[in-house]
Amino acid sequence: MAKSFSIKRQPGFATIAMFCFFLLYLPIATLVVYSFNSGMSIATWEGFSFRWFESAWNNQQVVEASWRSLKIAAVAAIIATACATLAAIATTRTGPYRGLTFKYSVINMPLLVPEIVTAVALLILFSRVKVWTGYSGLGYLIVAHSAFCVPFAYMPIRARLESMDLSLEKAAADLYASSFQTFRYVTLPLLWPGILAGLMLAFVISLDDVVITEFVKSGGQDTLPTYMLGQLRRVVTPEMNAISTVFLVLSLAIVTLFFFLSREPQKNNE
Amino acid sequence: MVSPQDVSEQRQKKEIRDRWFLSAPALILILAASVGPLVIVLLYSFLAPGNYGDVKWEFSTEGWFNVLFSRDIFDDTVSLADAHFLIFWRSVKLAFATTIFCLIFGFPTAYFIATRAPHNRSLWLFLITIPFWTNMLIRTFAIQEVIRSEGIINTLLLKIGIISAPIQMMFTDFAIMLGMTYVFLPLMVLPLYASLEKLDFRLVEAGYDLYASRFGVLWRIVIPLVKPGIIAGSILVFVPALSSYVVPRVLGGGKNLMVGNLIELQFGQGRNWPLGAALSVTLVIIVLFAMLYYVRNASKSGGSAHG
Repeated sequence: MAKSFSIKRQPGFATIAMFCFFLLYLPIATLVVYSFNSGMSIATWEGFSFRWFESAWNNQQVVEASWRSLKIAAVAAIIATACATLAAIATTRTGPYRGLTFKYSVINMPLLVPEIVTAVALLILFSRVKVWTGYSGLGYLIVAHSAFCVPFAYMPIRARLESMDLSLEKAAADLYASSFQTFRYVTLPLLWPGILAGLMLAFVISLDDVVITEFVKSGGQDTLPTYMLGQLRRVVTPEMNAISTVFLVLSLAIVTLFFFLSREPQKNNE
Repeated sequence: MVSPQDVSEQRQKKEIRDRWFLSAPALILILAASVGPLVIVLLYSFLAPGNYGDVKWEFSTEGWFNVLFSRDIFDDTVSLADAHFLIFWRSVKLAFATTIFCLIFGFPTAYFIATRAPHNRSLWLFLITIPFWTNMLIRTFAIQEVIRSEGIINTLLLKIGIISAPIQMMFTDFAIMLGMTYVFLPLMVLPLYASLEKLDFRLVEAGYDLYASRFGVLWRIVIPLVKPGIIAGSILVFVPALSSYVVPRVLGGGKNLMVGNLIELQFGQGRNWPLGAALSVTLVIIVLFAMLYYVRNASKSGGSAHG
């Protein structure tokens, strides 16, 4: 039955929403299109070419920064997800106990503190540690990234755990499985999609970070975002667009995967 | 003799101990490399500045003094630190304007998504979250390309002949606000959507039955009901906008600083670490007040929902 009067409609809202989606994607689309420009300009179109992708590929600094970014993101995401998984198991499926609120607030704290303040704090701390230990490798960046990735990895894992009840674990325990066996053969396989989702979120968040990396990195430790930040001060060629495009495609692929992984439990319920 | 009660109590104690053990890695990591260092910042704000950056280990309130006042290098006269007030004021102003703009654009968008058929909603939401997960720097760069003097807007307007010289949009407060609105919009839409999705449209129908206009329904039924979402979204936008660093650095040039850039300067060229630390603590305090306001309001509206 068609209704002539829809109670849900508000005049102009759909138009504004469409306008919003248009504005969200217009700059990104422009950026991607001009990465295929054959000319030097990032505003006047001169023809289609892959030359800027080639030039980025042959740019030693870009390649090094990309590898460094991926390395840091991979290690940091694994550390953060491992910590977040254990923490999620410790903070879900239980009645309230002393210290639970404390744990919640500590885990979520990195989301509340302004990034620039954390960056400054780590700059101060790590500059001391560097003097004491003499070590100035990628470890500082990895530790910093792992820490701020924990709350992001924690979210999907916790959500997944909360949708699982304890009956299967209890059944395993009744059948004389040790607590490790229960975890390994019952909890972990059920939790796996949540862990993967958390891993991917943490990876993307680490890959995207500019501010904390900019303050913590030592000389010659540019990641792709901090390299780009430095380049933006100069005259920009479509090479920047090409780098951005590749970066965008990578993030998009991971986020799409994440989207399907986190949809799965809903399907099971239906 | 051990009573069953003792056994269960003991088991409970062991479980809680295990749970502490399991959460220890995450807690230690965050306390060591994210939250703990804030204590060092607080400590540094009460030390004297070193000659070449860093600090001297002596107690001093000079850092805090410098947040509010500046001392003339030559004759030691004290005056209010106008530049700092200006930058704090600009940051608050821009963050506030950004929040309002995100609300104006975000609310209809969230409403639009929430009123789609359920199986379509996740696709629309996905479209909102994609830009959110793409690198913030890339999005800022994308905005820069659009509004530069040689950018797409100016090129287009020049071609049509509406303007004869490019409009200077880069390096203005407007550019910063536009960039922040663009970057933080998803943070507004997501909590608004979460609230709107739970909205009971029978109440809206009741409003229409009682001869309310479309605007009356929106203003007196929908908006009051989703107020928690509006507050949550506003805080989620306001806090990162206030402490924004990348957007003003790229789109504001060297002149239009915000607090984040002012803090960075103290650890770079200015090399007054205690002042930088004191400014950081000030920023955290402002953010904490915004959070407290949110928590108080959220609990208030939660209470009235039960009543």
